Formats: sequence, C-alpha cells, structure tokens
Amino acid sequence: CFYVIRNPERNSLFEAEYRRFALKMSGTCGFQEFYRLLQTVHHIPGVEVLLGYADIQGDLLPINNDDNFYKALSSANPLLRIIIQKRDVDEPVVFATNSLQRRKKGLAGLRPAQQKAKPGLMIGLPQDFRQISSIIDVDILPETHRRVRLHKHGTHKPLGFYIRDGVSMRVTPQGVEKVPGVFISRLVRGGLAESTGLLGVNDEILEVNGIDVAGKSLDQVTDMMVANSHNLIVTVKPANQRNNVVPRASRVSAGGNSSSGSIGSAFSHDSAPSTASQSVSHHSNSNSVAEGDSDEDGDGDLIIETDSLPPYLPHRCVSNGNGSHRESPLSSSLGQRPLPQSMSLSMTTPTHNGSPTKTSSSQESMREDGNIITL
Amino acid sequence: MMKFRFRRQGNDPQREKIKQELFAFNKTVEHGFPHQPCALAFDPQLQLMAVGTKSGAMKIYGSPGVEFTGLHRDAAAVAQIHFLQGQVRLLGHFLDIHVCVCYNVCDVVSSASRVTVLLLLRSCDLLCVGTEGGGIHFLDLPRLSLRDNQSLLLDQVMQSVPEDYRCGKSLGPVESLQEHPKQPGKILIGYSRGLVVLWDLSTCNAEHMFLGKQQLESLVWERSGSSFVSSHSDGGYSVWAVASGNTYTHQPVSSSIPYGPFPCKAINKILWRTIQSGGGMPRASYGDRHCVTIQQDKQHVTLDFTSRVIDFFTVHTTDLEHDYDDPKALVVLLEEELVVIDLLTTGWPSVPPPYLAPLHSSAITTSCHLDNVPAKLWDRLAAAGNSQGAQPGVRHAHGSWPICGGKNLAPPPRQQELLLTGHEDGTVRFWNVSAVAMTPLYKLSTANVFHTDCDPNDDPLDPTNDPEALQEEEWPPFRKVGCFDPYSDDPRLGIQKISLCKYSCRLVVAGTAGQVIVLGLSDEWSDHTVDVSTVDLLQDREGFTWKGHDRLEPRASPAPFPPGFQPLVLVQALPPASVTSVMLHAEWNLVAFGTSHGFGLFDYHRRTAVLARCTLHPNDSLAMEGPLSRVKSLKKSLRQSFRRIRKSRVSGKKRPIPTPTSKIQEANAALADQEEVAPVQRRIEPRSADDSLSGVVRCLCFADTYLRDGTHHGPTLWAGTNSGSVYAYALEVPGVGSGRGRPGGEGSGCVEAVLGKEIQLMHRAPVVSVCVLDGRGKPLPEPYQASLDLATAPDMTNPHSVLIASEEQLKVFSLPKVGAKTKFKLTAHEGCRVRRVAMVTVCSTAQEDYSETSLVCLTNLGDLHLFNVPALRPQVRYDCIRKEDISGIASCVFTRNGQGFYLISPSEYQRFSLSAKVITEPLCTVELERPLETHIRSLHTNTSGDTHQQGVIMSGSPEKERMRELERAHLNSHRTPNRTGEVLQI
Repeated sequence: CFYVIRNPERNSLFEAEYRRFALKMSGTCGFQEFYRLLQTVHHIPGVEVLLGYADIQGDLLPINNDDNFYKALSSANPLLRIIIQKRDVDEPVVFATNSLQRRKKGLAGLRPAQQKAKPGLMIGLPQDFRQISSIIDVDILPETHRRVRLHKHGTHKPLGFYIRDGVSMRVTPQGVEKVPGVFISRLVRGGLAESTGLLGVNDEILEVNGIDVAGKSLDQVTDMMVANSHNLIVTVKPANQRNNVVPRASRVSAGGNSSSGSIGSAFSHDSAPSTASQSVSHHSNSNSVAEGDSDEDGDGDLIIETDSLPPYLPHRCVSNGNGSHRESPLSSSLGQRPLPQSMSLSMTTPTHNGSPTKTSSSQESMREDGNIITL
Repeated sequence: MMKFRFRRQGNDPQREKIKQELFAFNKTVEHGFPHQPCALAFDPQLQLMAVGTKSGAMKIYGSPGVEFTGLHRDAAAVAQIHFLQGQVRLLGHFLDIHVCVCYNVCDVVSSASRVTVLLLLRSCDLLCVGTEGGGIHFLDLPRLSLRDNQSLLLDQVMQSVPEDYRCGKSLGPVESLQEHPKQPGKILIGYSRGLVVLWDLSTCNAEHMFLGKQQLESLVWERSGSSFVSSHSDGGYSVWAVASGNTYTHQPVSSSIPYGPFPCKAINKILWRTIQSGGGMPRASYGDRHCVTIQQDKQHVTLDFTSRVIDFFTVHTTDLEHDYDDPKALVVLLEEELVVIDLLTTGWPSVPPPYLAPLHSSAITTSCHLDNVPAKLWDRLAAAGNSQGAQPGVRHAHGSWPICGGKNLAPPPRQQELLLTGHEDGTVRFWNVSAVAMTPLYKLSTANVFHTDCDPNDDPLDPTNDPEALQEEEWPPFRKVGCFDPYSDDPRLGIQKISLCKYSCRLVVAGTAGQVIVLGLSDEWSDHTVDVSTVDLLQDREGFTWKGHDRLEPRASPAPFPPGFQPLVLVQALPPASVTSVMLHAEWNLVAFGTSHGFGLFDYHRRTAVLARCTLHPNDSLAMEGPLSRVKSLKKSLRQSFRRIRKSRVSGKKRPIPTPTSKIQEANAALADQEEVAPVQRRIEPRSADDSLSGVVRCLCFADTYLRDGTHHGPTLWAGTNSGSVYAYALEVPGVGSGRGRPGGEGSGCVEAVLGKEIQLMHRAPVVSVCVLDGRGKPLPEPYQASLDLATAPDMTNPHSVLIASEEQLKVFSLPKVGAKTKFKLTAHEGCRVRRVAMVTVCSTAQEDYSETSLVCLTNLGDLHLFNVPALRPQVRYDCIRKEDISGIASCVFTRNGQGFYLISPSEYQRFSLSAKVITEPLCTVELERPLETHIRSLHTNTSGDTHQQGVIMSGSPEKERMRELERAHLNSHRTPNRTGEVLQI
C-alpha cells in the first residue's frame, strides 16, 4: 500500500517547494530513518529542520519521535501533508490546536500579531502537544467564576461529564435566595473534562458558550452543550473556590494582546489550575466573544461534489451516466485558502475517481480541510 | 456575552409595527370530538347542546358553525351540566358558577353525604341538590345561596312513611329528582331503596308516596303529569299512576322486564316521550354491549354502540300546550362519538353530525394540509364522498340537523381547505376544514390493494344492509351504529406519509410496511389490478438481515375500486420498513420515498424505479430490527449501558499497574457509578456517527434549481437523513418544460438521477427539512403552479439557495456551489430542538398586498419561532404546545397561510393561527328573549373575562360515579290506551 506524501519544503521565508512522493507503508521503520529520507529527497542533507504534519482536524502537529511519527502515518489516509521548516531560532514554529484553521479563517486579525509575535517562553520541544482546554476571560469574570473551553476535536476522549438539576444560592437585594441551577454531577473517568482538571463535580454551570442558562431546563442546557460540544465554553462557579485564578495586574501591558490566547493544558498532562495561573491571558471582551463565535462548524459541513455529475447537456440529451467531463473548482478552492506566510501547502488531486462510494473513504481525511473538495 | 447578536437587530420601531401587522398568535378553534366526555345537556328552548369533559372543558353546540368553548380553571371533571332553559345566562358565569356549586354544595352537605343528583327547576330560580345521605338541599339561583332551614332531610320524609315500609332501614341516596311537568313547585323524589315521593315545595309537604320495593335507578314523568315511569336495577321498569286522593300507592300500574326473564343489567336512565301515534314503553337488556333501545309500537331497535353510552336526550317539542312530545331525534353521547337518530323517518336512520366528528375512529398516524383547493378537485371529492355515504341506515344531505340553536355569522370561507388524516387501519380521511366546523368529505381505504386476512370481499357484509331481516331473526334486535372502530386489521396497513398534488389530482400514500401507493382520482367504479414494483433500498449492502415484519402481499386479482382515488401503482420498499418520508412531483411523474434504510425515486409514468440509495451507516445494526418500538429503545439503552461499562473497564486496564484485584474493583466501581446515575442526570457528549437509526430519511424535496452550475437549472432531488447528511441528485427528466405526461411525452426516454452533492452537516443533527429558495429568497412554487400561471414564476436569474433545517440549526447555503450563507443555531442559543418546520406566507392586516414569507419552527419545548428567509433573523416567538405534550408536538401540521393544527387529544385538533390576518374562528350569536342581554358572541374563552355574557348553569360533583357505570340501555315500548310514550333508558 502506497501513501502519497506531500512535502512542501521551506527554503527561505518566501519560497516554498512542494514534493510529492509515495512511501511504502510496510517499509517505514522509525523517525530517524524518515528524517534522513526527507533530507535525501529534498537534497538538504545536514540542514536542521522541524517536521510537522497536518492531522485530520487540521491542526499542525510536530513529528519529532517515533511515536508521533507513527501517529502521523496512521492518520494519513491517503495523503499525509508534511511541512518541513528550517530550524530557526528566531521564529520557532507554533504547534497548536487550530493553528492551521485560525489562519485559514483569518482569525489572526482578531488577535493581532499573535502568530507572528514572539511566543514568549517555549519550554523545550513539545512531544505530542495539542491544546485540549483553556481558561479564558479571566480578566472580565468575577474571581469566583471560571470560563473553561474544551476542545473536543483534539482528542478521541469523550467529553465525559454529566449534569444535573440542583439548587443554587444567590445573593440578591432581598437577601439570599434559593434558585434552581444546573450542576456538574459526575465526571467520567479518563474523560476530557476530568483530564483537564478545570471542571469538578458540583460546579454550577452559569453559561454555555456565552448564553446564560438561568431559567433553562436541564434538557435545554443539555441540548445547548451537545450542540456546542465540538467547542464547548462553559462558565462555571467551581464548588472548590480555593484554586481560583487571580488576574495579575502586573501582566497587563499596553497592548494586552501579546500573550498567547489562552492557558493550555497539555494533552494527558494535568494542568492544575495552579500551574495555569502562571500565565494569564488578557483579552478584551470582544476578543472572547469573537472566540465564542468562531465555531468551526460554520465551514465544517463537509460538501462533496461528485464529478460524475455530467455538465449541462442540451435539452433532451440523455446523459451517459458517468460523464468524463469535470469541472475544476480546485483552483478556486485553493485560492480561498489564506495560507500562512511561513508555510505553503499544496493540494493534490487524486486520480480521477467517479464512483461516489469512494468519496466516503477520503472524506475522513479531508473533513476539516476546506470548503470544497473535488474528487 | 453572545447575545449582542440579537440585540443588534430588532427594536426598529418601523419593523416592530410591520411585525405586529403580520404576526399574531391565536388558538382559534378545536376540531373533532372532545376527549373523555362525561356530561351532556340540552336546552330545548334555545336548541343548544352542551358537552362536558373529564378535563373540565365545556363545549356548547347549536346549528353548524355555532360553537362555544370554555375551560374550567381547575380542570376538574364535569359531572353534570344543566341549562337554565332559555337563558343564555347559562354560560354567563359558568366558570365561576361551577366552582361555586362545588364549594357551596360542599359547605351545605357534610363530607359524608356527597351530591348524587341535581335538579334545576324550570323557573330557573331554584336548584335542588340530592345527596348520598338522602337529604335534599335547595339553592337559590343565580347566586347559589343556600335556603336556610328548608333542606329536606330524611327524617322529615320518614315521618310520613307508613310504619310497615320503614323496617328500620334507610331510604338510601337520592337517585332521581324530577319536576312535575304541569305543576311547578312539585318535585318527584326517588330514593335508592325504591321509595318515590311527590313533594310540594310551596307547602313543604309530601303529597304522595309511591312505596316501590325495587332498587331505583331513574324516574321520568309522562308529559301530562298523570303518571311516571321508574326504572330499576334489575332491568325492569314500572309505570305509576299519580291519582289524587290517596296518599300512598303500593303497586305500579304495570311493570315489566323487557329482556327478561333472565337477570338483566340495570336500566340506568329512562326517558318517556309521547308521540301522537302508537304507544310505547321501554326496556332493558343484558350483555356487555353498550346499547340504547328505542321502542314504539311494534318497532323495536336496540342501538348497539362501539363505545360506552354517556348520556342521551331527545329533541322534542317544548310547547306546553302541545299534547304530545313529538320527539324529532334521539341524541346519544358516547364516549367516542355522537350519534343522532332521526325519529321522524321510518327505520330511524342515523344523521351524520356536522360537528364533533370522530377523527379517531381509527388512530391518527399522520396528517397533511392543503389550502386553496381547486373547485374541480373539491367537487369530485365531495361527489365521491356522497356516494360513499349512501349506505342504508345513514341518512344524508336531505333532512336538517335537529339541533339548530344560534346563528352562524362567519362569512363563507375564502378558500377551500382540506386536511388529510392517515389512520392506523390504512384509511385516509379527507376533512373539510375551510370553516369552524370540521366535516368529513371523503374516505379512502388502501386495504383493498392488498390481500389481507380479512379481505373485505370475503367479509360478511355489515348488518346495516338488511336491518329488517336481522330484526326478525335476532332478539334483541341489535343494530350497529356509529363509526368508532379502533381495531386495525393489520398494523402494517397504517398510513405514515401523504403527499397530494391538488392540480393533477395525484395522491401518494405511504405506510408502515414500506408500501407507497400512487393513486389517481376517478369518478367511476373500476375493476383493475394494480401494478406492483419493488425497490431494494439495501442494494448490494451485505450483512444486513431484516428482522421486522413482512411486506404486505399485493392482491393478485383485480379488485373493484369505488369512485374517488383509485390506486395506479404500488411500490414496495425492501426491506419493508416504515416509510419515513414521501414526496410527489406530479409534473415530472416522480415520487420519492425514504425509509430507515435509504430512499428511492420512482417514475410512475413509465412504472420504473429510477434510483435506490442506501443511507445506512455500516455500524447501524439496529435499523434492521424492524419497526421502531419501545422494546427496541430499551434494547438500545441496555446495549449502550453495557457498552459504557465495557468502555470504562477498558480504560481501567490502561491504568498504571493493573493488578487483578484492582481490575475487579474498578469494574465494580464502574458498575456502581452506573447505578448512581440518577434519572435527572444528563450526559454531555457530541453526536457520534454511529448512533443507531442514522440512516433514517427524514425529508425529501424536489426542486428545479441550479445544482450543476450557475447557468443551467434542472430538476433536482434532495434527501436529508437522521445523521445530518443531505444528498442532492440532479435529475434528467425528459421533456421537462415541454409537457411530459401528455400523450406526446410517451416514449421520450427515461428519467436519470446522478448524485450531485453530498453535504455532511458537522453537527450531525437530523435533517428536518430541505427547501430550495429562488433568486428572491422565496420558496419555489409547487409543481404546476408556475406552469399553470397560478403563482408568480420563480426568479431564475439570480442565484438560488437551499435552506437546510436540522434539529439544531437552520442554515442557508448558496447554489450551485454549496457555501454557507446564513445560519441560526437555535439549539446553541435557546436550548431547544427543531421538531417541525414549514414555510408560511403571512399577509399584513394593514396593507392588502403586503406579505412576507417566514420559516416557522416548532421546537421540542412546544414553542414556535418565526424567522425571515433567507436572512434567518428571529422575528417572533410564541408558546404553543405544552412541552410535555409530545404527541401534540409530533402531530403538528402547518398551512401555507400561517395556520396550524395539532392534536390535543387522540380525537381533537387544536387549530391555531400565526397570522394576524387569517384567523378561522367561530363567529356566532344566540338570540335571547331576555330583555337585558339580547346577544352573545362567541368568544374564545380561556379567560373568564370573555365569558361573562354567556351563561350556563352547570354543576356537579366529581365524585359522582353513577353515570359512568352505565353499560347498556334499552328502550322498549308498550301500548297505553290512546297515546304513545317512548322511554329511553340507559
């Protein structure tokens, strides 16, 4: 079985080179061997490079050891996009969740210079790094509240929590009142919610993706959460108030935007709130709103055009059922994709394949890729 | 935080004003038969009938179109209703009065003695309340104040009872109170033990005592007041003469048990009406049937009903000068329908009621509404319906409805509207819903397309065919009356989806066993065999075995089809799963249908299948297990919980040091966790691709639009599934635009379908509806509308778009390149899910020619959201259905002009309107002779403020169970010297 590997190579800041080659699956051994292979293919022996690949969620992830190399291969179906970048001390690559998508969607505009700015501290080389959760909007929320963002798509873990009805105490001008509330009732062991450490049993849920849940039934809140499950932002009032994040005035700078957007907790590493508090982000209100709004499903719907669709045939002409003509929206779809400056991706068209059943196999790998895919 | 999006729009005063002129929510009228009726009353003067229900609703009916509805605040069952004769004051404070009666009676009567009967004197100023303890209390009307010290207690009566009758026992509860027909102020009191007392209210004195020994059920006066009849629990009745002079009567004049000599059930109610000819008396019977007997001279009919008899009355003359009652009609309220027997016509045929239609004669499974029905189709349907009604025993058209109070002021309907209901027994009923009264128009049965166990041809014909022969042969002379028949011969016959083209008179009905029947309208009888095709939706998918029901076996021999819709083609989907979606395009001669396995496209002109597409997900094994059932969902949930357990076990293994003991502990802990799951917990997980039943085809849509490219449009087919997939096919329909289907179109080639686009919605929620919008953002017209110049042609110059509504989101995509244009994430914002959507066009009340097309969404919370299209901005929101009322939400159907229907009970549709302009509601008056208030208007009264001009006295106590025990009744007649009486009894 052959895998086609697309391989853009960055020679300089403005130039890019694309290669495509097949790799025999059975013939692959380890990362080091692959690394050398790439150096050979690109005729850059001895040049230190960083390898990254685009996974099915569109995230740019690093390849730097055997484990994540195999992971990358297993996600190649049938294509694996590999990005090679010269190791550059001045401008390290930012591997992060949605790093490809954010650029694609132009969200960088809302967070000025985030990608180009110096990423602050970089602690070693990430081994297999993907953001799965974050605490956001620390500066605009009361200290007693916490707004947590869960990225479902970065992981195969279940979201893994249950909610229940309960009674909440509210301080009102009339005194303390009991009002109905929604609470987290259970965390599934090994689930995303548990692994972040940011949500706990008996935390009261106040908002779901910016919508106040007051007055909503448990079923309504459930439906809201499920509808937002791929990018869930819940504002909770933690039952345990001892680990609250305190905004640090010292970090408020004039720009306020130079820090990274969120506090990440690494995959499979518990980032307890205490560690998270080390780097607190400062967003303006509108920024966080934009984040809430920027749900990926807007363009996430997968649209498959079948090129077996015959072009318009004059009146009364019977189609031959499997037309060989095919429109080529490829160029336009490429044109729509705003590519990051430092990288270029190529889009390869697989060999013509008219049968619709084949489309389903490739749709897996292309899910997050683009607006329109032609097969 | 994200709410700012909503604040941005709206609040424009200009726009708000337009919205007010366009939209208004009203629940207008209830169609059908009240659920669980439990009380009946009739005002012979005003000719109004009242029906009370267990849920506390009161409905008043007069001539067709005259309807009043009230709902009791406390939703307590109505036990009895009484009209204050001639005063429409009746309805007046009906809500309050009812409450008062209950309360006052409770005050008056100690809790030990509950109310058994009520008597309202004809003078309408006094209410007599009989109780279980045997006491009788008097209340002044209309204030319902107790007349102190006037209560007639048992002791007072006992004093006048002769010694030998007392024998130490109580007289028992008051069973009947009847006012003397000629002498006001005298009442007849019947006690359970059998004693009957004629009591003079003015002198507070027992005028006469009838020392009956049989347990009493009911009393009725003869018209002149010279005799009365008592009915008894042993199934017998007695006639007593009221002779002046002696105070005690020991023996009745006559007495008989009509269906004796074997033990009979009680005669629970007896009526005796004199007419000029013949003579009569009534009687009782036995059995487990629900019967009412009518007897006059030799004529004797036992009406045999399919549901319990609640109560009955006769419509007769109220003129006191008249010597005879001259009953015109017998009105019987049954638990499930209203039956009216014409007593003037020989043979006593039944009269079809113009309201209170028993919608649920077989359970309703689906419905479909058509507006602006062309006169041609309407007349042909009506003619077909009339020929159906011409059965013996049912009188039609000629002859007037006996209940004729009030005047219908509603203008004639502007357009004819049809509501089609599909039923469990395979019938489709066509209802006229143009006006307030919902009347049956035509009934189509699809059972005769198939070979069923009880083939209608082999069936012994129904006994109504020859009632007289039967009467002679059989005793008692039973006659089946009414149409309530909840038993289905074969559940597979059930109708699931209906699509009708009103211009070409083509109808498609699809059912539970994958049958799709294309029918055409014909005015003549026809004997023909129906073409049968099967479409295999699984195609070459391996590994699936259908475990559900078999397909229905088509009838091999030609069958006679009556005038009306006659089947042309039968398409059977394989596997024979229930059809979940069907769409007809009569102009292209195509019908598309979907099941839980896939969808198919059939050309009924050439009788060939064009397309079959499987939508099953490889992991979806449950789809093969047959029709949706509770068992299945239980299975599913069990399976899922096991899966969850297994998963947690697996995750447990991954833990650092898996020792055997820790594994067991973990598994136990996981199990314990499962058990802790309280019912109020909800799991938060995204929808996954392999949820079962993901392949169910939820909606289908035909459209002439741009799918291939932006310059050439053509026929397309769209299908949406439960897992958020939408398939768009480009169709090659030969001769579209040049009149295919006309004779010249023959042999012009086959229809071809080519997959054009596949859309997988990211959130995977079920696709509820797909609708293509033209260049102006309006929905495309129906087939034939454009070609027949009945609607403005769609805008084909500007780019089209497609609106896809899923359970979670509404989204508009551009065409032909499917790019997202606008969307509204209803679930993410409101926490509700879309259940039903429809495009409605709403006209403005202010400007005659201004209208807007809106998308209306009914959610799982029972509220209605209106959005403009294609911008999808929320316009208004109304609460409509209780969110607990799942069947109401599931049954909701919208009309194109902004009205809608949903089931409020198995037998009643609530009609509502979203349009400020188009409102179908009763508009009627009842004329009164009372000087003060001359008029009442019908008001839709869920608020007591609206009702205060109307009046009914109704009263009752919920505990009264007596009426509910009625099982059967008979009426019998016997001859008296020169006049006839009829007595009806339950």
